[in-house]
Amino acid sequence: MNEKVNITINGVPLRVDENKTILDAAEELNIKIPTLCYHKDLCVAGNCRVCVVEQVGTNKLPAACATPVHDGMEIMTNSLKVRNARKHIIELLLAEHNAECTKCYKNGNCELQELAAEYKIINQEFMNLVADHGCTIDDFSPSIMKDDSRCIRCQRCVRTCAELQGVNALTVAYKGSEMKISTFFEKPISDVVCTNCGQCVNHCPTGALIEKNYIEEVWEAISDPEKHVVVQTAPAVRVGLGEELGFEVGERVTGKMVAALKRLGFDAVLDTDFTADLTILEEGTELLHRLKEALVDKNPDVKLPMATSCSPGWIKYIEHMYPEYLPNLSSCKSPQQMFGALVKTYYAKERKIKPENIISVSIMPCTAKKFEANRPEMHDSGYRDVDYVLTTRELAIMIKQAGIEFMKLPDEHYDRLMGESTGAGVIFGATGGVMEAALRTAYEIVTGREVPFENLNITAVRGEDGLREAKIKIENPVKEWAFLDGVELKCAVAHGLINAREVMELVKSGKSDYHFIEVMACPGGCLGGGGQPIPTDPEIRKRRMEAIYAEDMGMPIRKSHENPEVKQIYQSFLGQPYSEKSHELLHTKYLPRERY
Amino acid sequence: MNSTQTLIKDLARQYGRDRRNLLPIIQGVVEQENYISEFAMIEIAKELNMPASDVFGTASFYSFLEHRKMGFYVIRVCKTIACAMKGTNQIMHAIEDMLKVKIGETTPDGKFTVLQTNCLGWCHKAPAMLINDEVFTDLSPERVREILGEYMRKNR
Ligand code: SF4
Ligand code: SF4
Ligand code: SF4
Ligand code: FES
Repeated sequence: MNEKVNITINGVPLRVDENKTILDAAEELNIKIPTLCYHKDLCVAGNCRVCVVEQVGTNKLPAACATPVHDGMEIMTNSLKVRNARKHIIELLLAEHNAECTKCYKNGNCELQELAAEYKIINQEFMNLVADHGCTIDDFSPSIMKDDSRCIRCQRCVRTCAELQGVNALTVAYKGSEMKISTFFEKPISDVVCTNCGQCVNHCPTGALIEKNYIEEVWEAISDPEKHVVVQTAPAVRVGLGEELGFEVGERVTGKMVAALKRLGFDAVLDTDFTADLTILEEGTELLHRLKEALVDKNPDVKLPMATSCSPGWIKYIEHMYPEYLPNLSSCKSPQQMFGALVKTYYAKERKIKPENIISVSIMPCTAKKFEANRPEMHDSGYRDVDYVLTTRELAIMIKQAGIEFMKLPDEHYDRLMGESTGAGVIFGATGGVMEAALRTAYEIVTGREVPFENLNITAVRGEDGLREAKIKIENPVKEWAFLDGVELKCAVAHGLINAREVMELVKSGKSDYHFIEVMACPGGCLGGGGQPIPTDPEIRKRRMEAIYAEDMGMPIRKSHENPEVKQIYQSFLGQPYSEKSHELLHTKYLPRERY
Repeated sequence: MNSTQTLIKDLARQYGRDRRNLLPIIQGVVEQENYISEFAMIEIAKELNMPASDVFGTASFYSFLEHRKMGFYVIRVCKTIACAMKGTNQIMHAIEDMLKVKIGETTPDGKFTVLQTNCLGWCHKAPAMLINDEVFTDLSPERVREILGEYMRKNR
């Protein structure tokens, strides 16, 4: 039990746990204290000072986010002294800030701008130092842009990259007036260990870190009458997009999103969930093949555990950090890239459209997907498989630009041919989802029966813990898989790259005996992706997760192998899962990269 | 293994491989090589199993841990106010004129690098400068020419 202490905030008495900060205590009273460097996902830094409050009876102005309460403390959050100090702090931040809001990507969605607006910072009290700073813009990465002139050095990005992701691509370099956020040796982000996950982007309070946006390119494609512009939407987008367009967190907007995409002028609105289902058939089959080759044929070249490969942030992470484990990665492309390869082959053929006239666009909760689409391997259709990747945020911008009243749209349906999906495809958007979807299918292939869980819900792999384990025992398999009789299939699920490191260290130490590992680079899986609406925090991700599972429950079909369009594509185009044709279009190879 | 790698391995053995031993290891490298190169930082990161970015962040924080290649003699002229009031400008001119390089640059023969530094604590004997570890105070342009002349005649 924590000791309780008595304090007052703005004269209101409160009894709170003594290990709470002033900021937490104020939240209990629904008093808002402004913050910038503080973030619920991260450790306390206490460097921006905008959260200062007055501690009555002392001449201190403690930072609310970094100061624990103690008995008898009297706090004022809005006294004249506090207001003046806070205003000065914001003014000082702005004196070193390239505050040309009208020419900033974050205009309208910026915590610094919001604060400046709240405090009506109109006059410039301090000398402006922006010109003296000689700031750098780094836009060499296909995913992430960094503009130091918009940086307030709150270090949220550094903490994000270290604490949530364990990548440490960013650091604080130099000191004093020269202090800046930097990569190793100030190299471009594209030249260091960065995974392009974009978590730093959706934790940055300003426009200093943003996604590379391709909105204009997509508008141009749409308005070109020669081009047939196909769009695919990832599972997690439907549970995030609403937040940008007036809905509550956790609202599912699938039908409205489809309606909006049609009104934007896309020629076909299709679903990445379709290729998520396809991924399950390919990856599930791959897993079973690997189990057979490793356990029965004792082939030393076949590696277990097999790890999922849907998350391009995770792929780049393992390429840098654990290149010796690349053979453990499933060779399956991510659903986005499977989709891209099929759009310019299968879809083009069926629709009788020349592939060179197809522009394939994808809407992703993810910035790493931009990098992935840009990888040289991703041209198996003979063309660039995915031409443009937009984040959930960029789609919201396009919808606003088009003057669409999103909240009033009717619900519409995806177009046919690669537009059909199942609940299994939907849950790809949440951590544990790929595992669950794969088990729903693989178990049934092996035993001929459904997974033995109520409503097909494999709750053991769900949840928010960074690393989760599950076991599923195979009994009475069909003849082909008889060797698996009595085998307990051991699975691990990790999300957030810091947990990926944990699982890889377990594997490396030889202490684990997993068969199958799912890793998603972002906290919560794709629903917490670096391209999702800002802000993000554990509560927001939880609500999106609930929405994903609700969407799954609401689907008439919930197992990938029962998706009728998936059955059709195997019949008319691919042949079997894991066939030669599949390998040509749906599987890929990885590249070892430097760790330093 | 090249000499830098050997040096770093030795330093790591001497000080230990914890993160807190980072600073003495960097210092050890700078002592030997006059600066800490990108290569050396990566070697340290590997040796200590820590992110290379953090080695850079730490090294770049400290003014005397240069991470760009330095000349054999690093001249650091105090840029703070007491020295400025006593004529740093003139000192700077004299140095630049003699060595034909500007602040931040190294002479083509790799012998001298000219830098500025924050307060050296010699305000009472301003203006002051350092050449490697040696302090020179009460400077005047003539004094500077004399001192530099001596250094120029010196072999490394
Ligand atoms: S980062 Fe924010 S405050 Fe700065 S220019 Fe952009 S919108 Fe304005
Ligand atoms: S880039 Fe963004 S998150 Fe990082 S320090 Fe600057 S303002 Fe803060
Ligand atoms: S994109 Fe991800 S890996 Fe890259 S710097 Fe940002 S948080 Fe780190
Ligand atoms: S929010 Fe408290 S110091 Fe930055």
